[in-house]
Amino acid sequence: MPGSELEAPDSGARAARRRELPRLLKAITTSRKATIGTLILLVIVFVAAFPGLIAPDNPQAISYTPNAGVSWSHVLGTTSLGQDVFSQLLWSTRQTLIVTLLVSAIATFLSTFVGVTAAYLGGVADRAITIVTDVFLILPVLPLLILLAAYLPPGVTSLTIVLCITSWAFQARQLRAQGLSLRNRDFLVSAKVRGERSLYIIFAEIVPTMTSLLAASFLSLAVYVVGFAASLQFLGLGNSGQLMWGTMLYNAQQQSALESGNIWWELAPGFAVALLGAGFALLNYAFDEIGNPALRPVKKKRAARRSLPRRSRP
Amino acid sequence: MRYLARRGGIFLITLWAALTVNFAIPRIMPGNEAAAVLSTFRGVNPAAEHALEIEFGTNVHHSLISSYFSYLGNCFSGQFGSNALGESVVHAIASAMPWTLGLVGVTTVIAFMIGTLVGIFSAWSRGGKLDGLLPPFLFIISTLPVFFVGLLLLYVFSVKLGWLPLSGNYDIGSTPGLSLAFAWDVFKHALLPGISLVIVTAGLWVYSMRNNMVTTIAEDYVKMARAKGLSNARIMYDYAARNAILPNLTGFAMQLGYVLGGSILVEYLFSYPGLGYQFYTATTDHDLPMMQGLFLFYTLAVLVCVLVADLVTAVIDPRTREA
Repeated sequence: MPGSELEAPDSGARAARRRELPRLLKAITTSRKATIGTLILLVIVFVAAFPGLIAPDNPQAISYTPNAGVSWSHVLGTTSLGQDVFSQLLWSTRQTLIVTLLVSAIATFLSTFVGVTAAYLGGVADRAITIVTDVFLILPVLPLLILLAAYLPPGVTSLTIVLCITSWAFQARQLRAQGLSLRNRDFLVSAKVRGERSLYIIFAEIVPTMTSLLAASFLSLAVYVVGFAASLQFLGLGNSGQLMWGTMLYNAQQQSALESGNIWWELAPGFAVALLGAGFALLNYAFDEIGNPALRPVKKKRAARRSLPRRSRP
Repeated sequence: MRYLARRGGIFLITLWAALTVNFAIPRIMPGNEAAAVLSTFRGVNPAAEHALEIEFGTNVHHSLISSYFSYLGNCFSGQFGSNALGESVVHAIASAMPWTLGLVGVTTVIAFMIGTLVGIFSAWSRGGKLDGLLPPFLFIISTLPVFFVGLLLLYVFSVKLGWLPLSGNYDIGSTPGLSLAFAWDVFKHALLPGISLVIVTAGLWVYSMRNNMVTTIAEDYVKMARAKGLSNARIMYDYAARNAILPNLTGFAMQLGYVLGGSILVEYLFSYPGLGYQFYTATTDHDLPMMQGLFLFYTLAVLVCVLVADLVTAVIDPRTREA
């Protein structure tokens, strides 16, 4: 699981915030992983926003020969009902992306709130919150997700809720560790002396110094949400009428698309899920390298001079 | 000792949390879903139906608290009721367990070894070709959904090439027994599900192992070992890797929950009749006692592994014993 302890910024909240944006842009353009990840995500966002521009057909219209093979009019074939697979794939992007971003945002918020609160309060509250977090870390995620999803009405809302419940714990632990390292900084002590409320200190003073860690949390959550959402739907715990990649996979699997030769119906949404996950993962990997200089790839020349970690003896 | 006491506490609390989730789920689910569960059991098994009515609170003879405690008592005495087919849940789980245990156990160990070794070597040759390509590549691979990897393998090796079977755990024609032919048959059926799991999990170990290793290599005691003129292999394994592997041991146990989850998807995809396939059938059949039993079993399996990993860590790492 990706994750790193980021170096705490030296100065207060505002200075840290000013440095974030240029750093982010520089990071995206200098790291090849980040550039590829950003490009993948941009393409997917574009498709999600304007599927109608590219898609040749109404995704739900049952107007063609069922299981028609790949041809110029149907680049990915048709479903067993006679819908155009390519159009379904494009139109499914929107809902899939919305669920991923929504769950990742909510879970990032939850984990920030839980983790930073624990670190800020300390004492008994910290210990209690830590125990709850540990419990959620140990409970096996997918079985828990299935158990919850199986008994809620199938659909996007249930999917969002169960994914949020199960995905915050890991990041909460990381953010708590970061929060602990900030605890005795001058700007926090002075905020306390000014008599600010705890909630204000947490969200206006501590959280803004963690922007890069929050971005990393969001990205690694997104990677997992993409996979788990598709997995749940693949198992039939989604609403098969809603246009999402996971439900396409489910419908194709139910009709044994692979065995019957209609392979792109099942493989194309699989590739799409993998691509979205990879986009987030690449960005996340690049982010970790930026946050933790020890993990950055070293240039050959410099590495040779610092002979220690190298295989050749000095 | 405080370390172990703390970990033991987490064990009990998590177990209690899993039991409580099981207890709470039938009570918070919407009424029509509850009706679906009850209709599954109607007429099949009067005893199970009665037990479920109590669980849903539709048969109100007990207060919430008293039924909670009688539920906990039942769980600790091993009474998990019977599933929709009238079979005892414990018995059903026990019969499917060896298949999943074999699949998950073997793949986890293989993935751990591959991942840890690649992690050690790429951190050691940091900045080299291997280090620049392999960890990011394996990391991206590890983010792929396991069922997608399975789908690709299934398509290439079973559908297209026809080398390996499409589904099941052994051929219907073969007789189970301790023969070489049967073992080969079982191996052939387990190969694709197993490889899918290894592909997806190995990368996770690479990432964390490499990062730990990079940190330990920079430690003074590694420099010291170098200054003493020890061999590279000795420094790499006994000084750096030994310490870098510690956080991974705990991760090993945590990761089991992830692999068990993956096994549900893979077993569903390959119709491999283990616990995961049972879990899938239980969800489609609205078989609540079976789902509860399996969820509890999964949690218990992860917990036992976490506990073992903690014990091993305490043995290897003297620091935890003092703390």
